Amino acid sequence: MRLLLIMGLLAFSALSQAAVEAYVFDSPEMEAEYNQLIGELRCLVCQNQNLSGSNAGLAKDLRRQTHELLMEGNSRDQIADYMVARYGDFVLYRPPLQNNTLLLWIGPFALLLLVIVVVFIKMRKKQVLVAPEQAAMEKAKRLLLEPQEK
Amino acid sequence: MVALLGFGLTLDPKKIPSPLIDKPAPDFSLGKLYAPEETLSKKNLLGQVWVLNVWASWCVSCRAEHAIITSLANRNLVNVVGLNYKDQPEDARRWLKQFGNPYSASLMDRDGRVGIDWGVYGVPETFVIGKDGRIKYKHIGPVTRDSLEREVIPAIKELLG
Repeated sequence: MRLLLIMGLLAFSALSQAAVEAYVFDSPEMEAEYNQLIGELRCLVCQNQNLSGSNAGLAKDLRRQTHELLMEGNSRDQIADYMVARYGDFVLYRPPLQNNTLLLWIGPFALLLLVIVVVFIKMRKKQVLVAPEQAAMEKAKRLLLEPQEK
Repeated sequence: MVALLGFGLTLDPKKIPSPLIDKPAPDFSLGKLYAPEETLSKKNLLGQVWVLNVWASWCVSCRAEHAIITSLANRNLVNVVGLNYKDQPEDARRWLKQFGNPYSASLMDRDGRVGIDWGVYGVPETFVIGKDGRIKYKHIGPVTRDSLEREVIPAIKELLG
């Protein structure tokens, strides 16, 4: 009974894996390009997966399309452009640097710079506050030098 | 920062802006569901305002949307064409028989290639195309009565002039 259960589970475990089609390529370089592309293109149905990791029907179709375009002699950039023309920048996991993504690229660094500036200013202010006044210093010195009472 | 995050939460991450808006509609030439030997292509539809509704018999939300698309077709404002996406023709015909057929024609995109050209990533999707063959409006997901009145119909009326 237990064996049957395990076998059943094993049989279903195959379903949870992304489909990997056996595509034939002209060269190992082309295959490497294919693998890189499907790793960098987003599956639009299951948005936090790339094409290579997704089992969705559309991901499968887009893998087929990627393979065909490569075989037709398109470059990686051409294929990325092909996808962007249809699905927008969103299809790229690595968004291009352009006007509407500027905040995305610069934002974290700007924020870091802001934090550094704020911390710097705060620390200087604190130093000024902590520095004792001349009179207080004199008094402290006097107190320290005075012979202690018994 | 909180305001920015709060605003982000009101957006629907499933709605991806289409790069095809105001661009020429992608070319296609597909067989019709009820006359597979007859093809319909983009240039057959040039010069008229038309709607492309992407549907499939396996698509559950298409069922909910079907009454809305039917009411759009019944207004006789525009030609409503169906794109039967990745479906079996016999299933598609059975589905239309059961729920009614609002389309002037349904094109069979069995392997989803035309869908890819149109940037379809979820069914249903609805496009409004102008006389010049450019895509004016795209609706992702089922068109509701509300979105029909507020978005689809105004887009059509604007194109009809």
